[in-house]
Amino acid sequence: MIDPITLTVVQNGLGNICSEMDLVHEKASFSPVISEAFDRSNGLYDAKTGAVIAQGDLGLPIFMGVMQATVAAVIARVKDPAPGDVFLVNDPYLGGTHLMDVKMVRPYFRDGRLWCWLANTGHWPDIGGMVPGGFSSRATEVHQEGLRIPPVRLLKAGEMQQDIVDMVLSNIRVPSERIGDMQAQLGALGVGKRRLDAFLTKMGEPVVRDAMAELADRSERQMRAHIEAIPDGTYESVAVVDSDGIVDRPLNIKLRLTIEGGTASFDFAGSSPPCKGPMNSVWATTHSSVLLAMKHVFPDVPINTGCFRPLVVARPEGTFLDAQYPKPVAGCAAEVSQRIAEAVFLCLAQAIPDKLFGMPAGTSGNLTLGGWDPRFDRAYVMYFFTGGGYGGWHGGDGISNGTSTIGISKTQPVEVLEQHYPILFERYALRDGSSGDGEYRGGLGLDYSIRLLAGEGTASFLMDHGRSGPPGAAGGETGGANRIKLTLRGQDFVPPQLSKGEGYELAPGDQIAVQTPGGGGYGPPEHRPASMRERDRRRGY
Amino acid sequence: MDNDLSAGDLSVGVDVGGTFTDLLLLDRAAGTWRTAKVPSTPADQAVGFTDGIAALGVSPSQLNEVLHGTTVATNALLERRGARVGIIATEGFRDLLELGRRTRPNAYGLTGSFEALAERQDRLGVPERVTALGEVLIPLDEAAVEAAAIRLRDAGCESLVIHFLHAYAAPGHERRAAAIARKVWPNPFVCASHEVLAEMREFERGSTAAVHAYVQPAIVRYIDSVRRRLADAGFARELLVTQANGGTMAASVVGENAVHTVLSGPAAGVIAAAATGRAAGLPNLITGDMGGTSFDVALILDGEPAISSEKDIAYGIPVRVPMVDVHTIGAGGGSIARVTSAGLLAVGPHSAGSVPGPVGYGRGGTEPTITDANLLLGRLDAARVPGSKPADLAAVAAALARVGDRLGLDADGTAAAILRVVNAAMADAMRLVSVARGQDPRDLAYFPFGGAGPLHAVDLAKELGVGKILVPRFPGLTSALGCLLADLRHDFVQTLNRPVDAVTGAEIDAILAAQAKSGRALLTREGAEKIEVRHTADLLFRGQTHMLSVPATPGAEDATALREAFIARFKTRFGIVLPGMQVMLLNLRTSAFGRREALDLHVFAPPPGKVAPPRTYRRVWFPDGWHDTPIYDREGLSPGAELHGPAVVEQSDTTLLLHPSSHATVDALGNLVVTP
Repeated sequence: MIDPITLTVVQNGLGNICSEMDLVHEKASFSPVISEAFDRSNGLYDAKTGAVIAQGDLGLPIFMGVMQATVAAVIARVKDPAPGDVFLVNDPYLGGTHLMDVKMVRPYFRDGRLWCWLANTGHWPDIGGMVPGGFSSRATEVHQEGLRIPPVRLLKAGEMQQDIVDMVLSNIRVPSERIGDMQAQLGALGVGKRRLDAFLTKMGEPVVRDAMAELADRSERQMRAHIEAIPDGTYESVAVVDSDGIVDRPLNIKLRLTIEGGTASFDFAGSSPPCKGPMNSVWATTHSSVLLAMKHVFPDVPINTGCFRPLVVARPEGTFLDAQYPKPVAGCAAEVSQRIAEAVFLCLAQAIPDKLFGMPAGTSGNLTLGGWDPRFDRAYVMYFFTGGGYGGWHGGDGISNGTSTIGISKTQPVEVLEQHYPILFERYALRDGSSGDGEYRGGLGLDYSIRLLAGEGTASFLMDHGRSGPPGAAGGETGGANRIKLTLRGQDFVPPQLSKGEGYELAPGDQIAVQTPGGGGYGPPEHRPASMRERDRRRGY
Repeated sequence: MDNDLSAGDLSVGVDVGGTFTDLLLLDRAAGTWRTAKVPSTPADQAVGFTDGIAALGVSPSQLNEVLHGTTVATNALLERRGARVGIIATEGFRDLLELGRRTRPNAYGLTGSFEALAERQDRLGVPERVTALGEVLIPLDEAAVEAAAIRLRDAGCESLVIHFLHAYAAPGHERRAAAIARKVWPNPFVCASHEVLAEMREFERGSTAAVHAYVQPAIVRYIDSVRRRLADAGFARELLVTQANGGTMAASVVGENAVHTVLSGPAAGVIAAAATGRAAGLPNLITGDMGGTSFDVALILDGEPAISSEKDIAYGIPVRVPMVDVHTIGAGGGSIARVTSAGLLAVGPHSAGSVPGPVGYGRGGTEPTITDANLLLGRLDAARVPGSKPADLAAVAAALARVGDRLGLDADGTAAAILRVVNAAMADAMRLVSVARGQDPRDLAYFPFGGAGPLHAVDLAKELGVGKILVPRFPGLTSALGCLLADLRHDFVQTLNRPVDAVTGAEIDAILAAQAKSGRALLTREGAEKIEVRHTADLLFRGQTHMLSVPATPGAEDATALREAFIARFKTRFGIVLPGMQVMLLNLRTSAFGRREALDLHVFAPPPGKVAPPRTYRRVWFPDGWHDTPIYDREGLSPGAELHGPAVVEQSDTTLLLHPSSHATVDALGNLVVTP
């Protein structure tokens, strides 16, 4: 039996190694998606199963479950990992998300034995494919979305495999910056190895091994204790994705959550079949979205393989939540994952309303604008993602303009965007009247308007919650739905699929106006104190 | 240890902490000093200030210099007791401070709250718009500005911020609007965002300006009250106030630089550490300031504290002025030990504070703290706790045993466990701070200070593999010493954000010259004599957001040298060379220093020739067991004295613990140089 003090030291020590990897990764990266938006993650994974041992606090939340699937896929495909090897992989169907999330996986050896895996993910700003950036809402197969990489050796016994590097760089845009991103990812794995060497030597390898097993058991007990506090029974919910970008039909995520003692079983049977457009979710992402949702509800449980043991997710075969090759998947990490989490929240809101919250905006609000900038005589592509209202909760109103459920990323400043692109923001403001009413109201969405100043631009949208806004909880009301309005040559125009659309041609003076969702309310509106209503009125919310 | 004072040239450093106000009086002419420690008076810090001067046994009329570190601005911000702030913004953009950059308080969990520093009805938009290229798209509606200012004034706003887009590049509209508003505003608390920070990024610039406006009335009132008290008592010189950048400034310019007093508390100690390290021949340090509630870590490289302009004061409240880069975790003497729902021992961040305080202080505390663990294990002297009675070790043991019950540990075992857990957490924080700057902690010496710093110093050095510890003469007075040592300092920034090759030498010179001129003017107003100006440039590869700073020299023909210096720096930092990447010149910065007369730290060394024997012995616990340990008085250790562990060195402001493996020598300045 290992003493609890050593457990604490090992838990914090392993977490700190991952945080150091995150820091090195972030500071040396080129991709603003990584260095500014923190769209990356580093962790340690089990030698045999790929299950997560530890993950940094600074990593992108959705990756916490995905990475273990990636490592498991590498383990299954690679029979002879050797010291100094590093595998490169982004295949969505082999434990991935979308193609832009490029993973590196490195076997870690101790005394000649495979001891664990070090791995990281970074979102690359481009991976080839039919549109810059990879978020095409018109793709109908994965090949249109970019370069698909099965596990290949980027480093072999410490030697960079230049032929692999050349092959990758020949198939993506702005390759020079990606060399920097590759180096940053490799550097992080190198730091992880050196720190783990030192840590195991200091603590003693058997002690760490025993502590890891015990920590997993304790996380499991903690998660089970939370689940045991949920009344036994079956809870059902439906979360709706507006459409797949190609066919204008809602996609349903049907969830049956069964609580039995200390186990929670998630069954998505009856959800919509695979779709034509890129709103399919691969299994690793679907699974990870459930784990992430539970971690959002019970954030005190440390992340390791143990905390996931009480969560049984049935593979939703035959639905759009278990995409098979060659279905397009670009939207799975950004949008569908957030709707899956919403389905989990909606079930739990029935079971343990005091621990839940109104639904968050739940969309990354991707707007892509590309074209020609005559000011600098150059082509440009702008990716803009926005926040929305969070749900009210038992202790207060929801946050306004919160980040996506699955991310921790910030938006780019207006001043930076206007400097880089030929656009002018006419408004960047709280969206009045967008919060879901309740004893604790939802946070407000964002209300922005962009005008093209010069040259030309083609706009695409990949958003969600356009048909209806984020639902409330415990009697709270629904928040405002996402709205897009284009003004093209003086004519107002709403995309037929409400939250998605591609290829809108803008001329100078044309405008894009978007209102992002407000958060769902919490508790009956009639319980909201008059003083809070007066405050909201004063503020003009 | 008090010495006789000469007739003149007396300097006093006054540092207000959460619990105590520390004072250090230096007689430069006689080479002597005095110290005093009085309780802080949070309701009006000026009371503790005056009490402290009295406790030194001097009259303000005798003083030549008074240097002051205050937490008034920090507390006003953290406790949300600042001014009612009005904001006049570009129409359509009045909500920037409330929108932030789309975030949430914690990575996991979707709850939490945020209130902007200015409530929405106090934020008004006016018609005006300037493009990113500095062209006026919509002229400033001057009547609307005046109407908005009057409306905010009449609504009861005390301070006002003008916040327009792209004002970092084209400040004309902000300047004009501020002039209009100042005409109708009843006090001087009006600022334009570019005056506070001429830096791109509207939210961060606006937030910095809002923080400035939020703390400005409180800090101005406080400093005025201290100045009045000093003047009434006959002090005829200018009071100096410490800033978060590690410099000081004249009280007369505090109003226009109010934001620089936020988080100035931890900076002063780091300044003293840097000076002590330079004098001791150890220019590369990692510092750890452990007080009652927190552990503050900072880096000093080549004798200079690492500075950051990327700090967040609280969730959603960035402040982008340069600050000594201090990283804080919730681990101090008063941090409480508990068992989590997973059955693990957790120490902090909850603190017992000074009331109820640790169990051993006998003020009603019932939950065991780090101090209690140190008391039970003999590391702290139970007879020397604050208050009139010695610590009740039976009560301490009982409290520790209650926590230990759930871990299967007795009281001693629990105390040892608490120290192990908190030492590991502090070491982790030190490691992260070093790694973020590309440093290996093993290449640095450790500089512990604060009342509790030296007690844990050897433990931390062993955790990190640090080979040398520099324990200053007065660990508990390091911040007060820092006040005495700080130079006058003012920082300026101007964003360019253009390809470095497209910027001419003449343009760079013009900006640097304008910044230097502002700095010299301010320093001259403050009475500085020896003025020194330093320029730096922030550069980055296009596409990256992480910038590096390099020195900039006026008079170059173009920016080639900046580009080359950046590429070299990048290679050192990340080990990567990236040919063909576009280098961007993001910001030009100037720091203007008014050098003050250097302080010879030798004055603090005890007189030579004394190596007093141990005062007593007591049982002290170390990881290899209990040792009957000699207890020395710091005052009895002259330069050249050597100590071998196990040993405890006690002085009024701290306790140093030497492990059985440790060896220490007293250097010429009176510092203890410890090999762990």
